[in-house]
Amino acid sequence: MSIKYAETEPRTGTTEKYVGQAIDRVDGPAKTTGEARYAAEYPYPGLAYAALVHATIPHGRITGIDTAEALAVRGVIDVLTHQNTRPMKPAPKVSFLDLSTLVAGTSVNYLATDEVLWNGQPVAVVVAETPETARYAASLVRPSYEELPAAVDLAAEQGNAVPQKGNLISEAEATKGDAPAALAAAPYKVDLTFTTPPHNHNAIEPHATTAVWDGDRLTVHEATQNITWTRKHLAQRFEVPERNVRVLSPYVGGGFGGKGSVWAGTLLAVLAARATGRPVRLALTREGVYHTVGGRTGSIQRVALGAGADGKLTAVLHTTVSRTGRSGGNGEPITAGTRHLYAAPNIHLRQSTVRLDLLANTFMRAPGESIGTFALESAVDELAWELGLDPVELRLLNEPDRDPVGGQRLAHRRLREAYALGAERFGWRERDPRAGAMRDGRWLVGMGVATAYHPSLRMPANVTIRLNADGTAVVRCGLQEMGMGTATVLGQMAADELGVPLASVRVEYGDSDLPVAPGAGGSTQTASAAAGVQDAAAKLKRTLLGLVRRSPGSPLRGRKPDEVEARDGGLYAGAAGQTYAEILAAAGRDHVEVESKAGMLGFMARTLRERRRWVRAATGAQFCEVRVDPDTMEVRVSRWLGVFDVGTVINARTAASQLRGGIVMGIGMALSEQTLIDHRNGRIMNASLAEYHVPVHADIPRIDVHCLNEPDSGMPLGLRGVGEVSITGAAAAVANAVRHATGKRVLDLPITLDKLL
Amino acid sequence: MRPFAYVKAADVDEAVRAATGPGVKFLGGGTNLVDLMREGIERPDTVVDVTGLPFDTIEELPSGGLRIGALVRNSALAADARVRTRYPMVSQALLSGASAQLRNMATVGGNLLQRTRCPYFYDHASACNKREPGAGCDALGGFNRSTAILGVSEHCIAAHPSDLCVALAALDAIVEVRGQDGTRRVPMADFHRLPGDTPDIETALAPGELVTAVELPPAPAAANSRYRKVRDRASYAFALVSVAAALEVRDGAITDVRLALGGVAPKPWRATEAERLLLGGPADEGAFRRAAEAELASATTRDGNAFKARLAVATITATLRELGGTAR
Amino acid sequence: MTEIRMKVNGSVESLDVEPWVSLLDALRERLGLTGPKKGCDQGACGACTVLADGVRINACLALAVQYDGREITTIEGVTHPLQEAFVRNDGLQCGYCTPGQLCSAIGMLAEYEAGMPSAVTGSHGLDDAEIRERMSGNLCRCGAYNGIVDAIKEVSG
Repeated sequence: MSIKYAETEPRTGTTEKYVGQAIDRVDGPAKTTGEARYAAEYPYPGLAYAALVHATIPHGRITGIDTAEALAVRGVIDVLTHQNTRPMKPAPKVSFLDLSTLVAGTSVNYLATDEVLWNGQPVAVVVAETPETARYAASLVRPSYEELPAAVDLAAEQGNAVPQKGNLISEAEATKGDAPAALAAAPYKVDLTFTTPPHNHNAIEPHATTAVWDGDRLTVHEATQNITWTRKHLAQRFEVPERNVRVLSPYVGGGFGGKGSVWAGTLLAVLAARATGRPVRLALTREGVYHTVGGRTGSIQRVALGAGADGKLTAVLHTTVSRTGRSGGNGEPITAGTRHLYAAPNIHLRQSTVRLDLLANTFMRAPGESIGTFALESAVDELAWELGLDPVELRLLNEPDRDPVGGQRLAHRRLREAYALGAERFGWRERDPRAGAMRDGRWLVGMGVATAYHPSLRMPANVTIRLNADGTAVVRCGLQEMGMGTATVLGQMAADELGVPLASVRVEYGDSDLPVAPGAGGSTQTASAAAGVQDAAAKLKRTLLGLVRRSPGSPLRGRKPDEVEARDGGLYAGAAGQTYAEILAAAGRDHVEVESKAGMLGFMARTLRERRRWVRAATGAQFCEVRVDPDTMEVRVSRWLGVFDVGTVINARTAASQLRGGIVMGIGMALSEQTLIDHRNGRIMNASLAEYHVPVHADIPRIDVHCLNEPDSGMPLGLRGVGEVSITGAAAAVANAVRHATGKRVLDLPITLDKLL
Repeated sequence: MRPFAYVKAADVDEAVRAATGPGVKFLGGGTNLVDLMREGIERPDTVVDVTGLPFDTIEELPSGGLRIGALVRNSALAADARVRTRYPMVSQALLSGASAQLRNMATVGGNLLQRTRCPYFYDHASACNKREPGAGCDALGGFNRSTAILGVSEHCIAAHPSDLCVALAALDAIVEVRGQDGTRRVPMADFHRLPGDTPDIETALAPGELVTAVELPPAPAAANSRYRKVRDRASYAFALVSVAAALEVRDGAITDVRLALGGVAPKPWRATEAERLLLGGPADEGAFRRAAEAELASATTRDGNAFKARLAVATITATLRELGGTAR
Repeated sequence: MTEIRMKVNGSVESLDVEPWVSLLDALRERLGLTGPKKGCDQGACGACTVLADGVRINACLALAVQYDGREITTIEGVTHPLQEAFVRNDGLQCGYCTPGQLCSAIGMLAEYEAGMPSAVTGSHGLDDAEIRERMSGNLCRCGAYNGIVDAIKEVSG
């Protein structure tokens, strides 16, 4: 994807920067005219359409597949099953030496096995001349099965959970002091068990792939958050060189983690294209997304807190059970927020997982922290009720100076400021501390707070900058844009680093032929790109200073990089300098191109070293007001304020939108979202947008977000990623507001009215 | 979806003629039928498109009621000034249903024939007596939060999904039906059937019969009426419980009351027991609650839907209270 | 196959479709108009919203044959101040629901002008609550709801 900024952004003088401004998203015009094309929207001559046949048992073996009726439908090209299809190579084993091995959504080698590992697993693919024919014929394929015992119920299986293993960036356990003893001795305590249901991402664009083979070259239009690893994975599975595979993903219709891995649809589209010799499009049905793309694990969480009469925490316990799938999935950092948020002498954290006969779980916006902060921050609120303390005050009382478990320094933590500002702006003082005491007409009114917490990480990103003789620049980086504003902020950062107007910058992204960049995950993209852009811009400056050495008249001749500033479309040392056009003209060059390359191993070593010294996270204070109908107990969120410490804000508009988006998803998590898995057979019973209730317009009030906007000196440009922090704490803020309005503490998400009646 | 023959009927006789024999479906706005066909739940051989028929007007009746053509779109009916003044609950019921886009497509006739949203009805891998007679009912021991608690049978607990029909039931609407043998009029109370042991048969329509209109009889009490829908989202969700109520009070006594419930039964549920208890009595909170409790006394609940009885009582009471405040 | 003729974004299109082809698939797969999106294919998300004779409908639940002789407008045929307002107010993120939101908002403004009520219609004009209720048939999973409401207010006010 190549995109150019409009000419409408004036830039004069030398001090004005694009970073920090509220700039319209650069791909806005394409997205509001229908010009933006998504993965299922690329026409090819001879394009065929694929549809999946899903298993209807949770565990077992396929004993036969009757495809006769489907094959008899006019327009059906083929029905692919494990009995007639040349297999893919199996997914590579997961290795931390090659992180791309993490990209396989499941371990299943589709259409190469008779094994069924979850209810909904694809067992056949119909390829037809039209999408209607493919879908209809898929309904006529009749597999038969030998069923095997299946464990699908998290609550029933929690006794079989085993302690989760930590990894390089996330620990799964912590013990400091003697938390159980301190809890027993504490004069004030809460000991609560929370449950959260499974969730699904429900990006409005269902996953789609258009796969085209040309000999042993493969082009894939793909809805993915990870072009680079998708390319590598497809090359491995289909046994072609990586350079022969091109993954194009200029627009992604929402991901939220659900498009971070390679799932069945992608593989089977490529497989069907290979098997039929036709370009193939496979656009999943909404139900198909539920059946083939993992979601967020459900969880059972115990949070126990002990405190003295002064409100100081003496004991913090947080133990969790979540699930993975027989075919893959990972434990989530559910206790991560608890590890870092509150000072206490005695802490015990443990995450356990149990493997169920369900589709592998996967990343969904703030995996772990989103549901973990619901439990923790609900418990902290309940402790405030026990103590008779204001919940904001209780949090500030226990704000640590050093990391509560590891003792590291807290990098740039501004939670106190966030709470102070938030309380002021939200009118927290107006809150009557008694439960059920506030009313607006007939509505019960409640106000709640909770802390948001998400680790700040970055990854290596390669960036090339091409500077043209006319002073324009092309920035290339294999990033993904799925609504976060990636393209917009990439251009802003590059324009500032190069000192050129934004309209002179073209950015290219979403194409695996571009320099390798991290997938969109862990709120790392912008920080990763920032470092790459800075490094490439520095390289460009050195290259240009090298060029001027041969230009006797250049005022820049002999200057060192740190004496020279990139501004006004050129390089300047004080008032003396040259425009880029002048430098290139003098050197007789029509362009100069530089590349910033980041080595993975060195990067990881640096990251780990730093983690031993610092704990770094985006944090925030979430303020929520609800109204509850006293007859029916319907809950409506009526006001929201989130104050976030996310370092430098690159684009005030797109950052605010992303933060709002996380809060909206958090409100859904609090009040209405749950994936219903039938405990008898592991079948998802609400695999539709009609019955899985994501928030609609009418559910969402005006959401105020405020960023403290102080740079974090330890991060490139001082920024921290904003993609996930705002969903954390959100559900707890709602639950705490409901507690205030009604006196009822709901421990089990979502907070539907039946739990309050 | 399964291939079918498409016939666009030029007049009502042609439509009815085309519908002889099994496997024929009439198509109106398509908002439910097209979805069900795509899901493979409806598998007609022939689809007769009736949207070209002249049933898209709302007419005054000599009695003072209204005759609503079966092809009047939900949005048009909801916006009709006469409906909004004389039967506000009808307008409110429509506006609380689905989305504006769907209301622009959906017809009155189609609304009467909406099928349940029970998840097991929609899922081919599950047992459902309504979809496949004799298969069993997976909702009984499964997710049944959305299902019915009144009028259910051991064969089916699916709830009727319509909002409009709840208001129509409260108003004693008459459904006008055209078949091979001419026109007949079916009272709303008889139009939908309880599941019994044939949950697949949902209405009193004979094969090939076409709904042509709905008549709203005059109902002065309905000028003070309300449709209250309780659901899991603020909009665009099916009812957990809904209440259509009209109330007329004179000298402190209830002189007319209409009460029907949605979301709690396999058909729009006219709350006749509650109405009987209320009529002639005082319009106060205690009376409302007692009547509501009496109506729900016969509820058969399960783990997932037990709350619906409490919610229905609360919603009936609140709705009548509100109407009591505005009653003449 | 049935031959149908529709005026799509101002130009007359004639195409042969099987009766089971939806208007959405006819637009996307036969006419190459991929502005209307397929988010659920069951009338539950609004991403496929188009205007039929100026009225907003869900193209996924419309059979193309039923729209013979009708005038269809997709986002590709829209030129409306709302489009720039969406960008200015950041009423979008990933963009996938955006064409549907825009067509829906255009239809909604016409409905409001025509005096059609909503479930929350009161005496407050086209305020936030009215816009939200009237736009609730269009899901946005990115959560750009605030910006969408702002954009609509800017254009309607």
